Order: sequence, then C-alpha cells, then structure tokens
Amino acid sequence: MSKRLLAGAVSAALVLTLAACGGTTKNDASSSGGGGQSTAQANPDAPTKSGVKMAFLPKQLNNPYSDIEVSGGKAALDELKGEYKLVGPNDASASSQVSYINTLIQQQQDVIGIAANDPNAVCPSLNQARSAGIKVVAFDSDAAKDCRDVFINQASTEGIGQQLVKMASELAGGSGEIAILSATPNATNQNAWIDVMKQELAKPENAGLKLDKIAYGNDDDQKSFQEAQGLLQSFPNLKVIVSPTTVGIAATARYVSSSSYQGKVAVTGLGTPNQMREYVKDGTAKEFALWNPADIGYLAAYAGVALSSGQITGTQGQKFKAGKLGDYTIGANGEIVLGPPTVFDAKNIDQYNF
Amino acid sequence: MFGTVFKARESGIVLALVVLIVFTATQNSRFLSGQSIRDILLGTAILAVLAVGQAVVMITRNIDLSVGSVLGLSAFTVGSLLRDNQGLPVIVALLAGLGVGAVCGLLNGVLVRFGQVPALVVTLGTLYAYRGVIYFWAGGQQINADKLPGSFLSFGHDSIAGVPWLVLIAVIVLVVAGIVLRNYRAGRELYAMGSSPQAAELAGIKVGRNTIAAFLVSGGLAGLAGVLFAARFGTIDAAAGNGYELNVVAAAVVGGVAVFGGSGTVWGAGLGALLLTVIGSALAVLDINQFWQQAIVGALILLAIGADRLVAVRVQRALKKRDSHV
Repeated sequence: MSKRLLAGAVSAALVLTLAACGGTTKNDASSSGGGGQSTAQANPDAPTKSGVKMAFLPKQLNNPYSDIEVSGGKAALDELKGEYKLVGPNDASASSQVSYINTLIQQQQDVIGIAANDPNAVCPSLNQARSAGIKVVAFDSDAAKDCRDVFINQASTEGIGQQLVKMASELAGGSGEIAILSATPNATNQNAWIDVMKQELAKPENAGLKLDKIAYGNDDDQKSFQEAQGLLQSFPNLKVIVSPTTVGIAATARYVSSSSYQGKVAVTGLGTPNQMREYVKDGTAKEFALWNPADIGYLAAYAGVALSSGQITGTQGQKFKAGKLGDYTIGANGEIVLGPPTVFDAKNIDQYNF
Repeated sequence: MFGTVFKARESGIVLALVVLIVFTATQNSRFLSGQSIRDILLGTAILAVLAVGQAVVMITRNIDLSVGSVLGLSAFTVGSLLRDNQGLPVIVALLAGLGVGAVCGLLNGVLVRFGQVPALVVTLGTLYAYRGVIYFWAGGQQINADKLPGSFLSFGHDSIAGVPWLVLIAVIVLVVAGIVLRNYRAGRELYAMGSSPQAAELAGIKVGRNTIAAFLVSGGLAGLAGVLFAARFGTIDAAAGNGYELNVVAAAVVGGVAVFGGSGTVWGAGLGALLLTVIGSALAVLDINQFWQQAIVGALILLAIGADRLVAVRVQRALKKRDSHV
C-alpha cells in the first residue's frame, strides 16, 4: 500500500516537474543545472546500494567498440547486484538518443550511462532525467558538463598524445620521418590528440622526429588504404605511420604487411588487439596502444552506483572505489580519468580479447 | 554514328586518365612504381566488378542502389563461413559470395518486375533492408584478419603471372559482360529495353524476364565484389561497403553509361572505376586536400551528364534530318 502511495507521489512530482519544464525552460535549466551539483551532500561512508537500475545508452548499438564498453558495465553491475539495461539507436546522429532518454525517464531508472553523440542535443532530456532524480554518468564521449553528474574520460588527451609520440619515437629509433593517418579532418578526439602530439614533437628530446604530413582516411578502409599508399609514395624516407583511429591503423597495417614496404615502415597508433593481432605477429605493428574499452563501462557503472548511493555527487576531490580498478578521485568539471592507455605488443597481446 | 559517339566518350576518359597519370608521375615518379600500379589496379578491381553490374542494370533504364549492402552481406557471409571452416578453398568462398549476391539481386528484380515500382525506390528499400539484415546478424561482431585462413588473405594480394588474382577476376568479368552485351541477342535486348521499353515490348522482347536477369547479374557481381573486399581488407564488420553504391553509380556515369538507359558500355564503366581510383590515389600523392576529391568527382559526373545531353541532342537532330529525307 505504502509503495503504491510512494509511486503516486513520485509520479505526481514528476508531472509537476515536467509541467514546470514546459512553462519556463530558461528557469528550469538554471535551477536543475545548479541544483544537481550542489544540493546533495556526499557521504563517502554511505552503504553501497544494491538493486540499482542502470541503463547504458552508447553512441550506437552494433558497434564493436560500444559493445565492449557496455559489456564492462554489465560485469560491474553483476558484481554490485544492480540491474543492467542496454538501449540505443542504430545510427550515431546527434538527435537519435533523445527519445531513448525520455523512455528511460518513464521507466524510472536510477542511473543513465550515456556516450553522447552530441554534447548539446541530449542536454534538455538529460536535465529532465536529473530533475526526476536520475543520476547521469557520461562515458567515452562527454555531454555538456551542466547536464551530467560525472564524465568517465577514457584517458586524458595529454596521456594519449604523449603515448603516441613515445611509441613513434621508439619505432623510429629516436629520429626519422613520421606521418599521421587520422580519421576525418574534423574528428574532435583525433584532432585534440594530434595537437598534443605536435606539442610533444616540439620538445627538444623529440627534435630528431620530423612530422611529414597528417593524412585523413575518413575511417573508411579503402580511403585509408589509398592515403597510406600516398604517404609512402610521397615520403620515401618515412619510418613510422601513426594512426590514432582503429579503422585507420588496421587498414594501414594491412596495406603495409601486403606491400613491399613491409619491414621498412612501422605502423603504430590506437587499435584493438583482435584486429591488430595478425600484424603484431608479422612484425608490421610492433606495438600500439588503447585503453581497455570494457574498463570504461566498468568504471561508469561503479561511478553510477556510487552516485546513486550518495557516496559521491560529482564534486571535485570526492573519492570512490571501483572494484578491480581501485580507487578513483573526481577531477575538475566532474571528470574521472580511467588511466594511462595500455600498450599492446607481441608479448601481451594474446592476453586480450576485444 | 552511335559507334563513333561511344568511341569519342571512352577516348575522353582515356585522355583524362593519361593526362592525370602523366602529370602525377612528373610530380612524383614513385606514382608509376610497380607497387603503386598494383595498388591502383587492386583498388579498381572491386569497384570495376560492381560498376559492370551497375552498367548492365542502368542500360535497361533501371538502377541498383542496393549494391553496397549486398557487398557487405556477401563479405560478412563469406567471412564468417571462412572463420568457421578454415580449410575451405577460395573457389567455394567465391561461389558462396556470388550465390548470396544473386539471391539479393533476384529479390530486387522480382520486386521491380512484379511490383511495377521504379527500381530507384525498390533498391533504395532493399539498400536499407539488406543492411538491416547484416546489423541484425552481425551485431557488433568484427571479423579480423587473424581469424581468416591465410590462403584466403594471400588470394587478396597474390598474383598469377604478375597479375593479381583480384584484377584477373575483374578483367574476366569485364570481358565476358562486354562481349555478351555487344555481340549476343540477350545483350542487345537490354539496350533495346533501355532505349524504349514500350517498343521493346512490342518487338517481342521479354522485358520482365530480362529485367530480373539484369538485377540478378548486378546482385551476383556485388556478391562477388564482397568476396574480393573481404580478401583485400581482411577486416569485416556490419558497416562493410556502406555508401559504396554512390561510388559505383558515379563510376558508371562517368564512364558514359546513361542514367536514362539504352547507351554506354561496360568498358566505359570499367574505365570510370579506374579513373575514380586513380583520382583518389593521385590526390593523396600530390598532397592535395582531400576535400577536393569529392568536388572533383562531382564535377566529373556533371561533365559526363553534360556530354550525355549534348550527344542526345545531336543524335536527335541527326535522326530528324534523316526523317526529312525519307
């Protein structure tokens, strides 16, 4: 009986909030944006709740990378005795996630984990969810920071850029010509990493490395093939191709391994162990890096449950435990950095399957 | 008249090709190295096989937009078949791909023939439907090179007597289709249908049956191209071949196959595929911003359509003149 009463009260509150939203959008955004982050007090010693209902909303379903991410979330929720749910669109367009968020609000989930396709398009819906008491954890790709509680960052931009230059330098033997084969010319992540790489290359210890060109393969096999080919023809002294995108690195490695450049030009960058295993073993790509996507989902689930239990609220400096990954501290703007990327080579690649 | 017009059209593409290759080679002599030529031919092979199928359909005044999805479906089928049966010979893979494509093509043809719906709409529908099947089946799976048998992967880049297998297959497809379309009754009927479906019907040509056959050929070739795609790239996921259909239509149109049917040759379509691939490679070598690539391909299509129109007007005028004599 009391349960039913409670449900009635909650839905009445929900209706009221929704009505308030409809009335003055401006007012609502500012009140919930500010309210979500500062009203509740964090209690680090609060018991971890079980039965937390967390829904994952990746960029798109059927994407190999997203699938691995959410599998980590499922594993974590199994550990925490929570309820795992997965929904998502088939295309990664800006507006495609909105209707899913609205459905999740109606289903009264406790936590939504989202990899935002567009930081702003999902904002109004996420704020509606938060005013209905749902915690929002962004992972992989951030939503605007006033409409989520925390963001799980796979690795800091600096960390990745530095790692890429470090591998390029090792493979080039400390000096020589290198080139970058990126995704699309306007890909946010890739461009941020490339900027860090340029800063790293400007440092004295990397003075021997010369960046010949940044080519763009549009994350398309054929196009990446052609661009890799163009790089090798235009720059006869090229020693290393760095491709910070999973499609680009696989295409480049496949091209180099089946061409006369095999053994003369090294390939590295960001890729998954499964797609690169063949090329690591034949020596085309001696080492490459990536964060473990499953860990992103895993950390997102732990953060979501910690939020829901009241152990954290998303303020800088708060700490929480994330199972096998250890302790994490929330950084500026509610960001939680997963850690340095994992480097894969012939010795350890067989331990990973994703 | 027709003969010289076609010759003029194809020699235009050859000229463009020669100019482009010579210019690029003077900028960077590596462009004509054996490795580079091999890469260009390998890249062309897949597109050319698709373009031949597209040309056959376009000649009958239809269009097949589903080829990219059919390619993906075939590539994924063959990929998972080989992953689970490592010892399977390459020829079986080729036949399996061909079979998957033929079934898809047959469905397209039957829908166009019996549904009496324009091919543009039917194949737009099947473009999404076939892609949906792949998504449903493949989900987030990816078939990687280390899961495919070595014999299949080496088929993707090995040569026989200096000619890569992929190129050899594309040339065989091109020659067979070219001869059938030019010298055989079945081929000429397709042109007749494209020039005037009503007249073809009245002349006793089995228009419906031929339409289905044309889609069957296009689907089968798209399936074959899927096997070549799998062998060349070694990485196959649910998005394989996404968006290929527009490249294929572009190759056929640039190669002088008229969108309104009745004219063009598979040789032209093959040359169109070669030209598009060379443009892609040349721009990468010449260090030109790749944004230009799309603009250049677009300009080429407009040029080809412009030439098409010009030819049509001339032919009409010529025919009128002849009428006045009679």
